[in-house]
Amino acid sequence: MSEVAHHHPALAHHFEDLGGQKEASGLGMWLFIAQEMMFFGGMFLAYTVYRNLYPAAFAEASHHLDWKLGGINTAVLICSSLTMALAVHAAALGHRKKIVLFLIATVVLGAIFLGVKVVEYGDKFEHHLVPGPHFQFEGANARPAQIFYSLYFAMTGLHALHMIIGIPILLVLAWLAHRGRYGPEYHTPVEMTGLYWHFVDIVWIFLFPLLYLVGHR
Amino acid sequence: MTTDAALAPAARPRTHYLNANYGVLSWLLTTDHKRIAILYLVSISAMFALGGMFAVAIRLELITPAGDLFQSETYNKLFTMHGIVMVFFFLIPSVPAVLGNFLIPLMIGARDLAFPKINLASWYIFIFGAAFTLYAIVNGGVDTGWTFYPPYSTSFSNTQVLAAGLGVFITGFSSILTGLNFIVTIHKMRAPGLTWFRLPLFVWAHYAASLIMVLGTPVVAVTVLMVALERTLHLGIFDPALGGDPVLFQHLFWFYSHPAVYIMILPSMGVISELVTCFSRKRIFGYEVIAASSLAIAIIGFLVWGHHLFPAGQSAYTGLVFSLLSYLVAIPSAIKVFNWTATMYRGSIKLDTPMLYVMGFLGLFTIGGLTGLFLAAVGLDIHVHDTYFVVAHFHYIMVGGAIMGYLGGLHFWWPKMTGRLYPEMWARVAAVIVFVGFNLTFFPQFIVGYLGMPRRYHNYAEEFQVLNVMSSAGASILAVGYLLPMLYFAWSMRYGAMAPANPWGAKGLEWETPSPPVTENFPLQPVVEEEAYEYAKGREVIVV
Repeated sequence: MSEVAHHHPALAHHFEDLGGQKEASGLGMWLFIAQEMMFFGGMFLAYTVYRNLYPAAFAEASHHLDWKLGGINTAVLICSSLTMALAVHAAALGHRKKIVLFLIATVVLGAIFLGVKVVEYGDKFEHHLVPGPHFQFEGANARPAQIFYSLYFAMTGLHALHMIIGIPILLVLAWLAHRGRYGPEYHTPVEMTGLYWHFVDIVWIFLFPLLYLVGHR
Repeated sequence: MTTDAALAPAARPRTHYLNANYGVLSWLLTTDHKRIAILYLVSISAMFALGGMFAVAIRLELITPAGDLFQSETYNKLFTMHGIVMVFFFLIPSVPAVLGNFLIPLMIGARDLAFPKINLASWYIFIFGAAFTLYAIVNGGVDTGWTFYPPYSTSFSNTQVLAAGLGVFITGFSSILTGLNFIVTIHKMRAPGLTWFRLPLFVWAHYAASLIMVLGTPVVAVTVLMVALERTLHLGIFDPALGGDPVLFQHLFWFYSHPAVYIMILPSMGVISELVTCFSRKRIFGYEVIAASSLAIAIIGFLVWGHHLFPAGQSAYTGLVFSLLSYLVAIPSAIKVFNWTATMYRGSIKLDTPMLYVMGFLGLFTIGGLTGLFLAAVGLDIHVHDTYFVVAHFHYIMVGGAIMGYLGGLHFWWPKMTGRLYPEMWARVAAVIVFVGFNLTFFPQFIVGYLGMPRRYHNYAEEFQVLNVMSSAGASILAVGYLLPMLYFAWSMRYGAMAPANPWGAKGLEWETPSPPVTENFPLQPVVEEEAYEYAKGREVIVV
């Protein structure tokens, strides 16, 4: 390799320059998000099929979800997307303290979201709305309602798992930002994690109305 | 094309990627795409041997009409594990993870794939998934068929469905990451002058297959995940007792698993494109059309899954649409076959081992493809659905097509990968044995299936015995044909003659590096100044 002398420490040996490396990372991340869409897509398809088969049962079952808690969580997640975007912006400007601050704020908001989710899940356990042998639902729609709750737990659980994976990554980024790793010329990991976080938020933006609001008019 | 290596093609480097450093850790922690390809080669060869043993057991049972060797439960496990191991742990990774990994950076003049660490991670994910599956096999096996259809897989089977399913789920991400890596690499890492329409067709084929890996695999992953959740947490997504729809599973499963056939065959088609032009000493016929047909197969391939569900209660209209779309996907495949034969027309054909595999591929893939058209016709499909006709058809594609391409490619690039030549005479003998053994194994299955022998039973009506004995005899010949390359490849690594940089006189950047290449592939950035496969221009010097 010819130009070893002026290498940025983050430049991998098989790239000519940081710009090319960042472009590759960006394309890779968008492809990853595309596969995530297909991954969630399987469950969204199942939801679509069953909601068309059992619209009344889905509306009825949806009434047992707390739309206020869901709404609060939606607001929390949108705020976390804002702080994430601000963290990326701060990284691009090289404001080290602000990167750390906004990343930690994102983590806190994510944790609040997960905390609310724990409360909601606990409530479903108490009211026997968890699918399985102990599932109880009044009325004629008990069986399709169980499908609704199966999808509810599968979809929100998968979404929560994505947040649980995201939070440690944000913490590592905050630590590295604190150590001064990111600046105007290199902050690709912050930007890529931002894309991931926004994607996870957008999944929730779809989940919230489909699960919580479908029974309301 | 100008590199140092091109000026002195026979000069053998003192250090190359194989001897740059030694020790187990230098392999287990490597990010060199060439070494990762070797890691995959070793692991998938082991899985191939394992899957082959299950096949041997199946053919042993089917020598006699009575179910006398294995209980029906055991037999169910044997064909299930044969399918799971061969599809997910051998065929899907085969050409891409070994040859694609090794060759794509070399072919496009790059020092590595775009994400070398992710490349290594995908091998570890593959091994992790394989470990789950091996656990399932050792602890009693799994009996759902490789298709995991509910409600049997979710509510009734008391075998290791969960472990096997998780193995498939996990290894899927290895495939996704490999595809992602290839797409980004092909977009962003091409050498100066290497435009899209100068790319080797091997690279085009891998690009198309990668699209399926990235966009299809997650769907089967989430589907298997839903089956796992239904088994463990009693979520009822496909459970008919709750009003759930098991056919929804079949739609989701085949949305990936039909395109998965193109993940297997497209990279092999890429191999064939390279080989046929090299051994015909002629520029490939219709380069652009072959490149475009790869993409067409990938795109149309996503729209044909319903032909697996003709008898599953689809509406007649849906069946008609899927039948039509399935016919459509045959067009780009046929275009490829015609263009390959047109390439051979008036070429100066040299029947070295890789070319023998090309000829085998052309014949067998054509039979596999044409019988695919039979199965795409709704009426005929209902007659032969779940018979040995289907088994024979997809083995002609997956074994006669995909594995023929894989073996041809392995022979062709073996000197580049190891720096050694394999024994040509033995290799030709093995290629002929594979061809004869394959046809004897699977052609009788078309007949016996058409006559009505169903798949997945350990016993059968007595009148089918002759054809089944032929099939089992063929399988033993085929086994010899597969064992031989394993033996002489291993032998050649120590005793084979030293390979020159370009033993075939082939075109392409990978042949301008020494054999085996140095770790960073190209000491100087190569620049491409000509079209792909310029075989007609000037006589090549073949240095042997």
